[in-house]
Amino acid sequence: MKIYLKIIGYLTPIIALAISFFITGLILVAIDRNPIDTFALMIEYGTTPKSIISILNRSIPVYISAIAVAVGFKMGMFNIGVEGQYLFGTLIGAYVGSLLSVSRPLHILIIFISSFAVSSLWAGIAGYLKVKKGVHEVISTIMLNYIASGLVAYLLGSVFFERKDDGIIRVPQTNNLPETGQLPPLNNLLGLEDLPNLNGFLIGAVILGIVYYWLVWKSSLGFELRATGMNPTAAKFSGANPNKLIIVAMLISGAFAGFVGMSNLVGYFHKFTIDFPTGLGFAGITVALLGRNHPIGMALGAFLISFLERSAQILDLNDVPKEIERIMAGIVILVVVISYEVVRRYVLTQQVKLASKLVQNVE
Amino acid sequence: MLNKNKNLFLNNPTKLFFLFILFCLVFIAQKENYSQLTTSGTFGATLRLAIPIMLAGLGGMFAERSGVVNIGLEGMMIMGTWFGAWAAWLYGPWWGVAAGVLGGLLFGLIHAIATVSFQVDHIVSGVAINILAAGTARFFSIVAYSGESLGGATQSPRISGRVSTTSIPFISGGNFFGIETTDTLKTIEEMNLFLISDLSGLLGGFTRDISYLSILAILLIPICTWLLWSTSFGLSLRSVGEYPVGSESLGINVYLMKYIGVSLSGALAGLGGAYLVIESAGIYRENQTGGRGFIGLATVIFGNWRPSGVMMGAGLFGYADALQLRSEESVHGLLILITITLLVTSIYLVFYKKNRRGLYSLLLAFMFGVWWLNSTTVPNEFVFFTPHLTTLVVLSFASQRLRVPKSVGQPYKRGDLT
Repeated sequence: MKIYLKIIGYLTPIIALAISFFITGLILVAIDRNPIDTFALMIEYGTTPKSIISILNRSIPVYISAIAVAVGFKMGMFNIGVEGQYLFGTLIGAYVGSLLSVSRPLHILIIFISSFAVSSLWAGIAGYLKVKKGVHEVISTIMLNYIASGLVAYLLGSVFFERKDDGIIRVPQTNNLPETGQLPPLNNLLGLEDLPNLNGFLIGAVILGIVYYWLVWKSSLGFELRATGMNPTAAKFSGANPNKLIIVAMLISGAFAGFVGMSNLVGYFHKFTIDFPTGLGFAGITVALLGRNHPIGMALGAFLISFLERSAQILDLNDVPKEIERIMAGIVILVVVISYEVVRRYVLTQQVKLASKLVQNVE
Repeated sequence: MLNKNKNLFLNNPTKLFFLFILFCLVFIAQKENYSQLTTSGTFGATLRLAIPIMLAGLGGMFAERSGVVNIGLEGMMIMGTWFGAWAAWLYGPWWGVAAGVLGGLLFGLIHAIATVSFQVDHIVSGVAINILAAGTARFFSIVAYSGESLGGATQSPRISGRVSTTSIPFISGGNFFGIETTDTLKTIEEMNLFLISDLSGLLGGFTRDISYLSILAILLIPICTWLLWSTSFGLSLRSVGEYPVGSESLGINVYLMKYIGVSLSGALAGLGGAYLVIESAGIYRENQTGGRGFIGLATVIFGNWRPSGVMMGAGLFGYADALQLRSEESVHGLLILITITLLVTSIYLVFYKKNRRGLYSLLLAFMFGVWWLNSTTVPNEFVFFTPHLTTLVVLSFASQRLRVPKSVGQPYKRGDLT
């Protein structure tokens, strides 16, 4: 009986995905395209070696962003501000990195530290406002997103800009990172010389996943966080300080957010430009929900989202709007949250029934 | 006691403070390069920019009064802009309005199904709605506009026709049975009299060339107030947001009320989106809503879940937006206004023996004063986030005095007493 409940739990994401694909299929039928052909095309294109490397590269920032969101979730808080936090942090990281000249590991380390310190403090504002002023973190992080994007645009355009042609032209981007601040791709290490670059920060993402797992499930701070997230009153009586934890959780969440832009910064662009990928914070929310805050679940979720993004690229060539991927991501997330909730309730009632049966047997 | 704090903006000390700031504004506007602060043009733009936020805010209020947090307002507004533009482009502006409302309503219904029938966490569902709406708008644009010469993935063709406008006869130059009348307010405004001209600028901006759509939107304020506080439907809706279990025991259909609240919420946000397209832009563009749904949600909170409060909050944002659009020079004048406001606040705080906070306020006033003296314009990027920063500041000072609907944000399941 118990095993059967567990199996249902594991099957939920698959069923939810099937439903989402079905709905997307209906939309494709509605615009007069063949859904089966479309999905086959996506799978075929999405599983070529080049695509797999692209998917891995895309997954890195999304996965880290999901971790940042998940830390908040575990504490019962909603950090919608990952977007602003990572953009601000990455900009400062890029600027600090462009000024330094030290040896490689130290250089990259300093970039990381400056980025996550800024992101963390930026997220901390939301925590402070919640504890001291009673401002709900959802509203404050959304507003902080807009403020951050304004500040980033200002700093990029008026303070950190690069001078070209003897300082006459101002380009809104930071100076290139020196060689020592760049992270080499993993291709040589894995013997993939003739394929596109595999971002070196993939290892960083794996490490961050492990750190997240240890922090939330193995450390005493993580225990307090989870306890407060589940039942603030009970946690308070067991000696946890919810106010302190709110601020700590936001700081940690922001610290993870500081790493979101790192794969693109040290591993790919080597500078912060106006073309720097945005929207990763919101993708992180999707992935955290898909993966139910579990380190491995979120990795799978990140792969899924990146797969959709990458494999849709082929569709335009075959007369299917590739934007179907956008709508699909939306449907997946909505169907997934609804089915998780339905299954959670079902399992809960079954467990209650099971428990009452056991009690009756004992009596 | 409850009545005393009825409205944050209209209780007495706040009212006085508000009037004082307005007076300062008029004073600052006497300076040549800050004159745009109080012209009828600025106030007219304020009205047009405030209405979408106000509509989103009213929408948020309906949802929250029925106990559902609607962070999906932004997405519902996006649907309003998309469907509004599409139908307006095909059939004319009023069809656009109707389609925008329906588009928002549809997404409101999705939010209701997720949060009410399936008890999904309200914020999770709202975020999902926003993601879905952005994707849907993009996809629909490709499908609907890809063949059009001026439309495409991120924008619609320009819509044809506008909603007609009107002015009040004899006061702001409207037609009186087909006869042109004098524009009295304009005449007074151009005389440049202290305070009187500024006030007629305000009145003129709110009465000259107002479209019927704006009038409809403004009328929604008294209508919503009446609906929520003077009808038995409103009482039921509000009671559901306060104490759903009790409401159920009195025979109110809690699910139905929540469905109505959230759907109305979507419809109003959709109307806000349609307004943006039809009144302000004349075209659909991706990211046109620019977070107005979220700001609308913020106006609900610091408007203390009341229509009049929502209106005031939306007006504040509309004014900041309008200034940014019309005259960057004038925005600089707001720096001195902030300085004066902070100075007065610090005097008030010290008078009530809150010395530490008074000192902070004084320090901030000093900083803004220095900034004002050492610059001629405010960077555009700063102006861009002024509304959002204002939201944060206002909320940090107002949050403790607010009266939140008691069960807002809590999933309710029939027969579940926990």
